[in-house]
Amino acid sequence: MAYPYRDDRETTTVLSRHMGEPEARTLSGWLERGGYEALGTALEMEPDEITEIVKESGLRGRGGAGFPTGMKWGFMPKENGRAHYLCCNADESEPGAFKDREIMRWTPHLMIEGCLIAARAIRAGHVYIYVRGEFFPVVRVLNQAVVEAYEAGYIGRSVLGSGWSCDITVHLGAGAYIAGEETGLMSSLMGGRAEPWMKPPFPAARGIFGAPTTVNNVETLASVPGIVANGSAWYRQWGSDESPGTKLWCCSGHLVKPGNYELELGVPLSEIIYDVCGGAPDGKRVRAVIPGGSSTPFLTADELDCETTYEGMQAAGSSLGTASPIVMDESTCLLSAMRRIAQFYAHESCGQCVQCREGTEWIAKILRRIEDGDGEMKDIDTLYDLCEQLTGRTICVLADSVVFPLRSSLDKFRDEYESHIQQDACTAT
Amino acid sequence: MYGNVKTAELVSLRIDGTEISVPSNTSVIEAAEAVGVLVPRYCYHPGIPSRPAQCRVCLVEIEGQPKLQPSCNISVQEGMVVHTASEEARSARRSVIELLLVNHPLDCPICDAAGQCMLQDYAFETRQLASRLNEEKLVMGRDRIAEDILYFADRCILCTRCVRFMREVAEDDALIVAQRGYRAYIDTFPGAVLDNPFRGNIVDVCPVGALVHEDFLFKARFWDLDQTASVCPSCSTGCNVTIDTVENQIVRLKPRHNSEVNSYWMCDHGRKHLIMSNRGLRPEAPLLRRDGKLVPTGWGEALTWVAERLREVSRGMAIVSPHAANESLFYFRTLLDRIGIAGGTFRVEQGEEAILPGFPKLQLRADRAPNASGAELHGFERFDGGAHSDPGGDAVAVLEDPLGELPDEWGREASFFLYVGNRLSPAARNAHAILPVTTFAEMEGTFTNFEGRVQRFHQALQPAGLARPAWLVLARLVSLLEDGGDGGVAAPTLASEAFQVMVRATPAMADLEWASVGLKGARLGSTEAAVPHAQAPAEGA
Repeated sequence: MAYPYRDDRETTTVLSRHMGEPEARTLSGWLERGGYEALGTALEMEPDEITEIVKESGLRGRGGAGFPTGMKWGFMPKENGRAHYLCCNADESEPGAFKDREIMRWTPHLMIEGCLIAARAIRAGHVYIYVRGEFFPVVRVLNQAVVEAYEAGYIGRSVLGSGWSCDITVHLGAGAYIAGEETGLMSSLMGGRAEPWMKPPFPAARGIFGAPTTVNNVETLASVPGIVANGSAWYRQWGSDESPGTKLWCCSGHLVKPGNYELELGVPLSEIIYDVCGGAPDGKRVRAVIPGGSSTPFLTADELDCETTYEGMQAAGSSLGTASPIVMDESTCLLSAMRRIAQFYAHESCGQCVQCREGTEWIAKILRRIEDGDGEMKDIDTLYDLCEQLTGRTICVLADSVVFPLRSSLDKFRDEYESHIQQDACTAT
Repeated sequence: MYGNVKTAELVSLRIDGTEISVPSNTSVIEAAEAVGVLVPRYCYHPGIPSRPAQCRVCLVEIEGQPKLQPSCNISVQEGMVVHTASEEARSARRSVIELLLVNHPLDCPICDAAGQCMLQDYAFETRQLASRLNEEKLVMGRDRIAEDILYFADRCILCTRCVRFMREVAEDDALIVAQRGYRAYIDTFPGAVLDNPFRGNIVDVCPVGALVHEDFLFKARFWDLDQTASVCPSCSTGCNVTIDTVENQIVRLKPRHNSEVNSYWMCDHGRKHLIMSNRGLRPEAPLLRRDGKLVPTGWGEALTWVAERLREVSRGMAIVSPHAANESLFYFRTLLDRIGIAGGTFRVEQGEEAILPGFPKLQLRADRAPNASGAELHGFERFDGGAHSDPGGDAVAVLEDPLGELPDEWGREASFFLYVGNRLSPAARNAHAILPVTTFAEMEGTFTNFEGRVQRFHQALQPAGLARPAWLVLARLVSLLEDGGDGGVAAPTLASEAFQVMVRATPAMADLEWASVGLKGARLGSTEAAVPHAQAPAEGA
């Protein structure tokens, strides 16, 4: 479920407009809401025209990295006659993120339509939707929708009689964070362990089954039908030049009204936390926020006046990530929070690269020891050094993902670490 | 090393200040090797095709690249400037070692790999000798991963060479990485058994002491081993091997790289068979039959006595072994010619075949002997019809065949029975003279493999007692028969001399030189093949 902001449901709710309406899950209900009209438009367009519109719209990947979607599609080879694939990354596993799940749960056809349009744009004849292993209810809804769409001719041989064919396969993963990394996802999809591989080769050159492949996030694909139906200028009415459009914000932690909110990009983070979500409950003060899911750098309560665009969050020293702020109030021990985050990444490391396999676990152990009151001041130096060694030296960025919050928490909440080390006491109230 | 040299164009690059030109499909780690820089590596192995670049120890700095790059996975490019030992590269490498040692038990004093361990080597090379670790280590224990191979999970650095060897070279999916992250370990796939005939290679590719052959476990420290370049005698492939010995005992065989024969690999039959065949009773002094009894004697007396008796021989049969060296077979043939025995037969033990799919030339071949081709070359005939027939009242001369499965009374009626060998089976004890000779491991010499490749082996063991190489004994006998031993006909005293006499007298071997056979061997009749572009295609053909 997601909620609009400022009650302007009709204008800003691009992704979440029909969430909470059970009929929107069915094909008939979806058609009543204007579903698959954008697909009809796309079928009359050349693949490169679709890519061009998405390029002009400035849509950026919603999986965390924010790479321009149209540009990514543009990397796909232009010739026909060779299998191309689209993978929809529905392995939403970033702690704090719960937006893709809601899109698939409430409006599966929106994503399916997005998949079909994107497949046409990149000349793919087959779409794999890779769903996180734990999303059983989601997969039931999604399967139902795919079956309905097949039966009605929206998927399969000669979509809507256009002569263009496209299949969709829903694939349930086995439950691994790293399967959300695009090459890890493809390894897993091909039947292997979810182990990322070195790029190059990039997926557009050599993806699943050795064929050119594009991997897009659920929310990215769900944004596509609106853009194709209404044009790039329509999409650019929201957000900034570099970060146009709207975005689902998964707000969690110590908030009066946590939840999913669809917001125009650029709303100040403080507004999201205090006005949209009502701030911390019981009159407590916000102490820290991880704005983009657990792999992004911490912000202090004083740093929340930043613009929530890709560039704005970067300027604030953090990252938009998956737009999943985890809010921690003054009762939170930030050392403990960081230890829990490190534990998560140690548990989810695929184990290929030494830095990630051994480093994330060592970091979690050091933090645990400090938490247990056995820390030493030199541990802080060791942690800083490990941050150095775990950055940019591995196949994928899982190791970097623990460094971002760790380094920022050491920089910004050093008092918490020192207090635990020197007095075996927490600075939380 | 350079893959397809002919089609790849050359590119020039600079590695640690040295200019080099290599084919464009060379990886940086291989190009560095060519200028004498050995970049540390764990997951990279030249014989395993995949390059996952996961151990991150081969990271190097390449000018113009924002991040360190894995040198195993990056191909050379024109004008590339590589620094393998820049401060950042060294720091990253040292960090990898520290991280690998976080959960490593540091049980080097009881580890079989100590002394030949790439974790030890790189710890010293990077000076990563003190850890900041202040936590308890993870303990995972050990496991039997195959009937004869143990897995020490705590020592494992998860380079996955073993898994990738099995998958990509042996094409067997029995071995997997189980679990993930710091809890990952190597295991067999649930329900699968690691019984591949080439599984032993996973122990060789293991850069640390995680995979260990149980029959070598705790047997020797690496630095106490004597290592000898040799050839595996257990089938006709003739894999190049190193024989490791301790105190005159063979403790293991390891494959020795030869791209023309066995690449980096060998089969498990070969690893075990030689050690097992080291058993049995050996004659350790010449034995002569006097008053119906075998009496030990010295070499001088024995050779004179045998030469005297051989002068009386006019007809008889000969049996040789395909385990005998080329030089021994040659001098045996020379002796037989001298005393007038023609022909001669040999038997080759047969066994099941096995092929290594990733390097199909390497096969465990049905012929379980190293030198059947050599025996044929010297005029002996393969004999497949069961046991050797009894010589009856004729003379019989035997070279190295153990006469193992024959009846006890075999050869008892022979007019003269000469046994030149290294086993004392019941039939061999019926000989009039037993001349003790060395096994191949106790001498220098050559074998000719299934495809006519002549390969040298070196002496790994001291001979048993007074045993001497058969060619030496037989050459002395020939010389005694020719001139009564006055020194008129010089017998060779070195294997190289015996080899040169043999190639001069054997037309099929005429191209060979002792030196050019070297450590890698040479094909018979290979002179045409050795000259590239010998024949340009005819115009208009």
